[in-house]
Parts: sequence; structure tokens; C-alpha cells
Amino acid sequence: MSTTVVRLAAAGDAPGSGVFSVAAATTSAPALALDGICLSFGGIRALRDISFDVAPGEIRAIIGPNGAGKSSLVNVISGLYRADAGTVQIAGQAFARMPASRLAKIGVARTFQNLALFPGLTAAQNIASGLAFRRRSGLLAQVLGLSAARSESAREDEEVREIAAFLGIGGVLDRLVSTLPYGVQKQVDLARALVAEPNLLMLDEPMAGLTVTEKAEMAAHIRAVRDRTGLAIILIEHDIGVVMELSDRIAVLDHGVKIADGTPVEIRRDPEVIRAYLGAEAA
Amino acid sequence: MSLSADVPVAPPRVNLRALGLLALLAVAVLVVPVIASPYVIEAILLPFLALSLAGLGLNLLTGYGGQVSLGSAAFMAVGAFAAYNFQLRLGVSLPLAIVLAAATAAAIGVVFGLPSLRLRGFYLAVSTLAAQFFVQWALTKFSWFSNDSASGVVAAPRLTVASLDLDAPQGRYLFALTLVVGITFLVHRIVGSRAGVNLIAVRDDETAAKVIGVPVLRTKLVAFAISSAIIGVAGVIWAYAYLRTVEPAGFNLDRSFQVLFIIIIGGLATIRGAFLGAALIVVFPLLLARTSSFAFEGLVDAGVLKLVERVVLGLVIILFLIAEPNGLSAILGRATARLRAVLRRG
Repeated sequence: MSTTVVRLAAAGDAPGSGVFSVAAATTSAPALALDGICLSFGGIRALRDISFDVAPGEIRAIIGPNGAGKSSLVNVISGLYRADAGTVQIAGQAFARMPASRLAKIGVARTFQNLALFPGLTAAQNIASGLAFRRRSGLLAQVLGLSAARSESAREDEEVREIAAFLGIGGVLDRLVSTLPYGVQKQVDLARALVAEPNLLMLDEPMAGLTVTEKAEMAAHIRAVRDRTGLAIILIEHDIGVVMELSDRIAVLDHGVKIADGTPVEIRRDPEVIRAYLGAEAA
Repeated sequence: MSLSADVPVAPPRVNLRALGLLALLAVAVLVVPVIASPYVIEAILLPFLALSLAGLGLNLLTGYGGQVSLGSAAFMAVGAFAAYNFQLRLGVSLPLAIVLAAATAAAIGVVFGLPSLRLRGFYLAVSTLAAQFFVQWALTKFSWFSNDSASGVVAAPRLTVASLDLDAPQGRYLFALTLVVGITFLVHRIVGSRAGVNLIAVRDDETAAKVIGVPVLRTKLVAFAISSAIIGVAGVIWAYAYLRTVEPAGFNLDRSFQVLFIIIIGGLATIRGAFLGAALIVVFPLLLARTSSFAFEGLVDAGVLKLVERVVLGLVIILFLIAEPNGLSAILGRATARLRAVLRRG
């Protein structure tokens, strides 16, 4: 498996130093390629023959009105839904059905539209859960406090602190996540996805419910993450301003069909998109 | 307040807690066996210890892991009968028999935990009823398990560890206490470990846990295994130390519900909750009996009293579910916090 190991450095480091350079392992193949994905629920065709790809280091937005199939698409890529037809190709491996339980190992992480944090755990424990997939020490080693287990935990704690500092939530790590404000919980959700150092990150409405200030902060984080680690990002978002500003390319879905695909400038001008989604005032 | 300058607040609090537990343990080991009458040990302490341990086992699965089970008594029965048969047929020593009984209960726990991979909530609870009915049926139907005893009731072997005779009430109490303390420490380690964090993650959001790479399947099955093993040991204590007979009758659905009520009243997903809940469940009927014989001087007969006990217990559970879903543990937590604040002020 070709995992790009690009560590997020502490927040204080200047961009441009060697730590942030993108590892070259996956720059050739697309980070994600969808080919002819179809999905239906009973009689409703949620996705019809969707194909698109995401290049490494690219921020790729998927937009569309409610019910267009955006979240369904992310759920297909996450392995939560099984596509009726088509393949998902990630880092050169093709899947008819993505194995949800091995997603993290394949290098894919995601956040959730309606926060799917673990309210009974602290922020730090929530974030550390993002590392569970690669944990090697078993229950017995942990219970007996063997040195391998202890050093693994210490390493994880260090990574959790690093990512938390990067996202500016270092001060709330020991708080129960359910006691944190919504905007901070969104950051914890992002941290939990990022700590696994994925090659592909799927953000399902990261701005939903945030204030204007929090949105700006979240957008800055998303861009900073991409710039520093070179991961590919799929961004599902309703705030069209944010999407236009952040994304490199945008795919537009309407009723399960991809009606447009291109750069923000192209999308803004596309008559189909204006009709279906942007509305007259954006034209 | 003047003290806070030279006494840092956070570290001593942790030590205080450990010291308190140590003091409690010292009293339990050194003082209780000396001053407690055989009646107190046999009627209160032994069932309290056995049910606390069963509650602890169930709390790991249900409180921490979110997997509701109504099969606790079945696993108690498996533990008790397994220990009895290992001793009877393989002639192993009691400690080894307990380990093997725990392993047997764990294996059967995993089998009946398999539906949890597909079912959640009420549906899972109903499927664990299968364990309850199947185990009780098997133990009654096949007299091999009770060594072909005509009544199905067999006397538990004498409690001896190495050459130590523990058959007296004090001995049985110390035997039970040792097991409970040891296993409680293990559970404390488990819930504090990363595996314990995984367990809570699976409880709080199974889909998210799966997608971010928490091994959901393994976490659930391991939870069933460990929980059943602990409940199995609780069954050994119940049969060997408390009842001194091994019989299927006591391990019925009522017992399963009792263990579930213990953790609901005591506090889900807490260690002390199991102990607090078990204390209430054990002591409450005795208190009620004493009160009624004192107040009504024998006018209320035992049958009516049993009924009143059930009604009141039912009301207590409803009250807890509405007023304090976090159970006695939360009440104790608030009380100690208030006490601490008062002490600091004074």
C-alpha cells in the first residue's frame, strides 16, 4: 500500500520548510476515481452513472440541491452503501464495494454531516479513536501495561496533541466532547479524521451550523491541511461562497446525475448549473 | 483557601481517592471478618459480593459497550456448573476450576454475542433471552451437568484453596472478596485502556466507529467474552460461597433482571455503580422486612411482603430512570463533591 507519510508539523512551524513537502508516492495516480456509480433505494435512483476523479492534493467540491445524492455518494465511497454498479478506485485499488471497516487502512477518512462524535469520551479520546485502525498492542498488553502498549499510547497522545494544536483545540482535549460548543465539536471531528493521516479526506458539510467566524476558521484549516499534507479532499458543502473560494474543481449533482464538472469559474458560468442550483441571482 | 498556596489541588485529590479505596479495602479485609456476624456475612455480604461482580460484568457489556443483555443469570449458571463439573470430573483445584469456568462462560458468551453483530437495542436484548432460556433448559434437561442428582440440586464442594479451608463464613467471605477485588482491578484497567475507549466509541456511534477504523466486531465479541467470564465467576461465588449448592433454579430470568436493575440503579458505565446498586438490591428487602416486622408486628405475612418489595423496587427503578438516569453513582459523586467543597471552605 502506498501511504504517503506526511506528518503534520506543530502549528508554529513556518510553511515551506521541508516537513511539509508532499511525498511523491501517490502523485501519479488519482487519489480517488469513481467509474459509473449507480445507487438506488427501492424505486428511487439516488445516483446515476456517476464518474469523477480526485487528484492528489486537490480540493474537490460536490455541490447540488438537497437530495441530489451528495451524501449518498460519500456513503458509497465510505462503504456504508453498496453501489448497484460501478467501481471505486483508491490509490490504484478498485472496489465494487468499499470495505467500511478497512477504510482507514486504505487511507480514507471522513467527517460526518451531523456530528458523529462519541459523546461519552473526551476530545482527546475521540481524536485518538482515529488511530485505532493501526493500533498493534492487544487488550492484554494494555491491561497489563506492557511497555509496548504504553509507548504506543504515548505516541498516539503526542500525535493527538499535535493535530489539536494545529486546529487550535489543544485547550479542550480533556473535556468531554459533549460539553464542547458545536463549532469546537466540528473541529474535533476534523481532528479525528486528520490524525489518521489519510490520503483522501471526505468532509460532509463541514460548515453546517457554524457562525461566520467559525466558517472562516474552518475554511482556513481545510486549506492549511491540504497545503501542508498534500492530501486530497472531497468537500460537500452548501455554502456556495466557501465552495467557490476553496475548491480546485467542482462537480454538480442534481437528482443523482452529474450535470457539470469543472473549475469554479466554469461552474459559475454553466447554464445548467445556474438553472438547477445557483439560481438567477448568481448569474 | 489559605492552604491552596502550598498544597497543589489536583494531585492530592487523586491520592485521596486511592487512599480512600485502600482504607475501604483494609476495613473489608481486616475489620469486617472480625466484627461481622455469620448472619451479616451470609445474608448480606456474600450475595452483595456475588451480585456486585455480576453487575460489574454486565456493566462492562451494557454500560460501557451499549450491548443490552438479559442473559446474565445464564452466564452465572454456566460459571457455577462449569466450575462444579471441572472439579468433579477432572479433579482440578478450585482456582483452576474458576479459571476454566470463566473461560467456558466466555466461550458461551461469544456464541450468544454473535447476534450483536447484526442486532441492536431491544432486538439484541431479546436475542440474549435465548441464552437465558437455553442454558436453563440444558442444565435442567441433561442431568449429567448436575451429576445425575435426582433433585437437580447438588451441594457445592468444600471451599479449599491449596490447603486452606475456607468453608467457614469468614473464609467464604474472604474467598469472594479476593475474587471481586482482583477482577474489579482488572475491569478498572480495561475501561481505562484504549480497548475500553473503543468499547465506548462503539456504544456511542457504531457507524462512525466502524468508518474511522475502530474494530467494531472484535470489540463487541471481546466485550461479550470478558463480561460473560466475569459474570461466570460471579456465578461461582453465588453457588459456592453464598448458596453452597449448585442448581439451575436460582439462575432464572428474575436474576438476569436483578443484575440489570443493579447497574441501572447504581449507574451505567461506572465501576462503583455495580457495587452501589448491588448494595441497594441486597439490603433493601432486609430493611423492608425489618421495618414491617417492627411497625406491623407480624401482621404482614411474608408473601405480601415479597409483593410489596417488588412494587417498591419497581417504583425505585422508575424513579431512577426519570430523576437520575446516571444512578446512585452520580448521587454519590455530587455528595462527595459537595463534601469536598465544604471541607475546603472550613
